[in-house]
Parts: sequence; C-alpha cells; structure tokens
Amino acid sequence: MASEKRLRIKTLIMVLAMVVCAVVGDLMLKRGMSEAGVVRFTPQGLAHALGLMLTSAMIWLGICFLLGFMATQMTVVSWADYSYVMPAGAFGYALQTFLAVVVLHEAVSVKRWVGVLLICVGVVLVGQTRPRTTAVEAPGREKAVESC
Amino acid sequence: MLTVLLLLVLICGSTGGEIALTQGSKKSGEPKRLRPREVLAFLGRAVRNGWFWLGIPLMAASFFALLILFSWHPLSFVIPISALSYVVGALGAKYILKEEVNTARWIGVVLVCAGVVLVATG
Repeated sequence: MASEKRLRIKTLIMVLAMVVCAVVGDLMLKRGMSEAGVVRFTPQGLAHALGLMLTSAMIWLGICFLLGFMATQMTVVSWADYSYVMPAGAFGYALQTFLAVVVLHEAVSVKRWVGVLLICVGVVLVGQTRPRTTAVEAPGREKAVESC
Repeated sequence: MLTVLLLLVLICGSTGGEIALTQGSKKSGEPKRLRPREVLAFLGRAVRNGWFWLGIPLMAASFFALLILFSWHPLSFVIPISALSYVVGALGAKYILKEEVNTARWIGVVLVCAGVVLVATG
C-alpha cells in the first residue's frame, strides 16, 4: 500500500514537470515559427525555413524545454504505464487556460471552460486506475542475458 | 492533401515514437530514486537501447510536421486534430505495450480527447 502511494506521488511529480516543459516548449516554438513566417513546401522554402529555425533563439529555447519534456516522460514511463501518463499530459491545456485567466486576465469562452473540465475529469478518471499494469525490467538484466 | 499527409506523420510519428521510447525506457530499468545522478544514469542506459533510436526518427518526423503545420494553420486547427493521438496512443499501449487499458482509462482518454478539441476551438 505504501509503495503504491509512493509510486503515485513520484508519478505525479514527474508528470507535473513534464507538463510544464511541454507547455513552455510549445509556446516558444509557436512564437519562433510565427517570427519565421509561412513555410513554402519547396526545396528553397524548406532550406530558408531551416536556416531561420537554426538561428532563432526562441526555437532553440523551445527545443531545450521539449528535450526536458522527453527526458521526464522517458523517466516516468520507465515505471508507469504509457496509457496512464499520456492523458495526464493533456493537463497542460488546462494549465494554459488557468494561466491565461490568472496572469493575462484574458476572457475565456464557456466552450473552453467545458473543455478544461472534460480534461480534468478525464485525467482524474485515469488517475484512479493503477499506474503500473506491466512488469518493469531491473537495470542490467539485458546485460546479464547477453553474458549468458 | 499535403496537410492530411503531414497530420498523419504528426499523429503516427509522435505516437509511434513515444511507444518506442516507452518500450526502451521499460527495458532500461527504472531509476530507484528521483535523484539527478540516478535519473541521468537511467537516461544513459535508455539512450543506448535500440528502441530509443527507433523512436527518435519517428518523433523528429512528427516534430518537423508540427513546425510546418504551425506555420500553415492556426493552433485551433492543428491541436484538435492532433488530439486523436490520445486514442491512437491508447490503442498502441493496449496492443503493442500490452498494458491493461480498462474501461475507466478508455473513458478518461476519450474525455481528454474531447476536452482538447473544445479548448483548442473555444
């Protein structure tokens, strides 16, 4: 029982870190790509866009946050189910809406609030299930098998 | 037509990539404690796993598709359609990763998917 609680707490911590990295990363990429303008789907257009992407600080920062997202996601799915972690990641949309209201004082439509409510109910529903339903391999097991 | 193709790359690439990374992470053994040294050691083991190198090109393809779609269309178009990846991901978890996706989890996934569509178009 205590180990189940510990598993849930460490999963929650990593999912929160994952959500923050994803929200900040997406925001920076969107802003960086908006600065780059519309990408034309031709060799010249793609090369031009690639050049702009490689020199945009905003896109590099976004990539760093998305790498952080990938590292936290890889860590959490090493012990928790992918189908448990993946829906929880959508909590980022709810976080974006709360931030828009609290920090930016933006008006949010009823439709968007209903969406936030559905996401929260969905995440809570998935959160009630067991975080892990498959066996996890111990570190070094593959090595042990290889050496046999 | 190109938009449909890029949306397919976005959804299948991100889901396939995440499933491959999940498989690699599980085969690398979880970090015993959430301490930087143990997490870094775990990530070191994970990047030496073949599944990781299968997942990266899939995720890279999905990433470039997302960048191009962001420059062509508003977020309110790209994000609702990409929400389908929650359903595709749950199917992958059940049939590829052999996870127990019970009714509560399915309902949760569908609610999240619908919620993302409403948030992005609201």
